[in-house]
Amino acid sequence: MAYLTDRKRAVGWGASKTGTQHHWSMKKSSVALLILVPLFVFTFGNALGGTYEEVLAYYSRPFPAIVAALTIAVGFKHFNDGVQVLIEDYVHGPMEKVLILAMTCVSYGAAGVGLFAIARLAL
Amino acid sequence: MADVNRGKRPLSPFMIGPYYRPQLNSITSILTRITGNALLIGSLMIVWWLLAAATSEAYFAVANAVLTSWFGDLVMFGSVWALWYHTLAGVRHMIWDEGKMLDVESADMLSWAIVIGSVILTIFTAIFV
Repeated sequence: MAYLTDRKRAVGWGASKTGTQHHWSMKKSSVALLILVPLFVFTFGNALGGTYEEVLAYYSRPFPAIVAALTIAVGFKHFNDGVQVLIEDYVHGPMEKVLILAMTCVSYGAAGVGLFAIARLAL
Repeated sequence: MADVNRGKRPLSPFMIGPYYRPQLNSITSILTRITGNALLIGSLMIVWWLLAAATSEAYFAVANAVLTSWFGDLVMFGSVWALWYHTLAGVRHMIWDEGKMLDVESADMLSWAIVIGSVILTIFTAIFV
């Protein structure tokens, strides 16, 4: 015979205990990417296919460099938030946390490398 | 009783599989997730290409050869489509977040807009960029 009430059992067992912050973070990066993505496609599309000298000259201009830097920063944050939900939906147990940590390392690592590369090309 | 049916609750089956007939809405939804996550591959290649350009001419030659090879072209072309698809699907989520166009006809119309729009934008990008 159990004396715990239904409510007592249910408290703390919500789907994720959180989510509005994540949703809002996703929405902010989505709106930013809606502006950045077309700009990045057209600037990067211009650079790709050029010679080494052309690429260096192109990314030493402020506009392509700033667009690339912002797209890398916001894009990988958006990816990290998105892949976290993908993992939470399909993977459970310890592997869930391991994968989220691993993908966070990949996201921030790639963003760091990308920003370093843009800074070095631009300056 | 508090102990009734613990752990034996009926669960919502996954949208793709034997329980649901494939629908435009479920397919365009799962494609949003697939395209979004698949974009990691192209993104990492572009970051690598930028790092190579920032490092040396010799390293750039290696990365540039990969990105402009048939394999690189394939990934970049696929990524362009994935990017436009995911972008348009994101716009649909923004519309839905406002509580608009949630009925079946509007959702189906938006699904076709995403599919057709992403193809048109991809062709446009391939030609003009």
